[in-house]
Amino acid sequence: MNCLKNDIESIIEKIGNTPDKLIEILIEVQRQSEENYISKDALKIISKELKISLSKAYGVASFYSMLSTKKRGRYVIQICNSAPCYMNGGKQVKKYFEDILGITVGEMTDDGLFSLEFTGCIGTCDKAPAVKINDKVYGNLNKEKVEALVDSIRKEEEVCDFSF
Amino acid sequence: MILVSKLCGKISPLSLKDYKENGGFEALEKALFKMKTEQIIDEVRASNLKGRGGAAFPTGLKLQFVASEKSDIKYIICNADEGEPGTFKDKILLDGCPFQIIEGMIISALAVGASYGYIYIRGEYPQTKDLLKKAVNILKEEGFLGKNILGTDLCFDIEVRTGAGAYVCGEETALIESIEGNDGRSRFKPPYTANKGLWGKPTLVNNVETLINIPYIISLGSEEYKKFGTKSSSGTKLLSISGCVANKGVYEIEFGMTIREIINEICGGVETDKEIKFVQLGGSSGAVLPAEMLDIKIDFDELNKLGIGLGSGAMFVGDESICILDFVKTTMEFFKHESCGKCTPCREGNRHINKILNRIIEGKGSNRDLELLVDICELMKDTSLCGLGQSAPTALLTTMKYFEEEYKEHIEGFCRAGICNLKKGAVVYG
Repeated sequence: MNCLKNDIESIIEKIGNTPDKLIEILIEVQRQSEENYISKDALKIISKELKISLSKAYGVASFYSMLSTKKRGRYVIQICNSAPCYMNGGKQVKKYFEDILGITVGEMTDDGLFSLEFTGCIGTCDKAPAVKINDKVYGNLNKEKVEALVDSIRKEEEVCDFSF
Repeated sequence: MILVSKLCGKISPLSLKDYKENGGFEALEKALFKMKTEQIIDEVRASNLKGRGGAAFPTGLKLQFVASEKSDIKYIICNADEGEPGTFKDKILLDGCPFQIIEGMIISALAVGASYGYIYIRGEYPQTKDLLKKAVNILKEEGFLGKNILGTDLCFDIEVRTGAGAYVCGEETALIESIEGNDGRSRFKPPYTANKGLWGKPTLVNNVETLINIPYIISLGSEEYKKFGTKSSSGTKLLSISGCVANKGVYEIEFGMTIREIINEICGGVETDKEIKFVQLGGSSGAVLPAEMLDIKIDFDELNKLGIGLGSGAMFVGDESICILDFVKTTMEFFKHESCGKCTPCREGNRHINKILNRIIEGKGSNRDLELLVDICELMKDTSLCGLGQSAPTALLTTMKYFEEEYKEHIEGFCRAGICNLKKGAVVYG
């Protein structure tokens, strides 16, 4: 909790401690968390620092779809389910990810590596169907590309594990 | 790319030298040193520029509303929250020529007497946000933003803010709520934002593409600018085209082209060997038009006559392989998810529309369901608090009008595209 408190305090110091900065702070706190979410403890600290109620902080964190108050995987795969991706086979892309990861949309893999979600249009309609994985966008997807994408992330993570 | 996007991809987006060598900030200098503030507003009014975000409100009038307000502080907001599905044109402008958008903001600030501006960019574009922050910092260092811009009395500063994934924040009052650090829920109007906007102060909210037009109008003059486009719709429009066309992408066109010309001449026709079945104009909140209507011109007056809006300029082209009901279901699920929940017609209407559509798609629908759908749609259009709920039923209503047979077929247990879990085949009526 202390470590978390220090981290959050330094984020707030950088962004500012007025209530209008709440969304920017929440985004940054989530980005720095290993599990891609904003914990209850983090919300408590933020609400105290910004002098707003905890319910207000929770309300905002749960309103915006990019923010999560539940633990997520290190890689959050967001599948676009808006009309342009739908027209170019978005539903199949969802199935490819579900099959290869063994989870359905809304779930997280047991190893905590991947979460699968839907998202609204991500503005990559010329490369539909597309997904967003953390901050990166991948387009023109098909079965092979989905498999290669998941493989490359898994391999990258294995390399990281050896370094410990 | 003929007018406002002509520098995108041609110059390095963060090179002030490149921008200035291509006429950058000439409009600002003209506005600052050679024009009175009323002249700037008059020029924009005379240009007949209409808002490019979706509502097509006359930009000059908006400037005048904010300019006529008396207040110690006024704000300008650049709405870069392009969340309308199928719209990705602002991203091209923001990534390609951020200085030009900011120049449009500075000129607007001069015209209305604003001292502070925000660029509100959607959270889905993190790299673009970083680029904008860099662009603002460069302009601060070079004296184009901050105190006494170019040695004059003009003081104007900009902050970049980001959303976190909420379609409704593209609506100006919800956007303002979000900048203030709240959930993005639309406000009751009036008061309008020109009167009481951000922190209760007069606020000008303009779309990225609208703002990028302003430097051109000032440097070319409204007469020259009006040579682009048609009588009712001057200038150009960026269209984001997706779906089954061969070349998907963002294209800047002059007003007056027909949808068919755009698809065939610019997008290289249809990618598949199938025929075009429909075009949805204006993104998910826009009208779905059948193939017989492709000769409509992209022109505000012509579209108005048919009761259609151009919206953000998104165009989805769908071929015969798509089931209209399944497509509309995808659209309505989007609105159900994005409704902020503040007003009852939108929150409940979207929920019930989805329930009824599912029933029809599963082959359990009845003619009574079709009547119910129309009733709910009309109610949402008339009574929803903001544009989201008012425009959410457009796709449903227009498909029920132009593709009525497919709705009837589903009720009888058929899906001609073979997408729904029903018998495949069309029913011949009459």
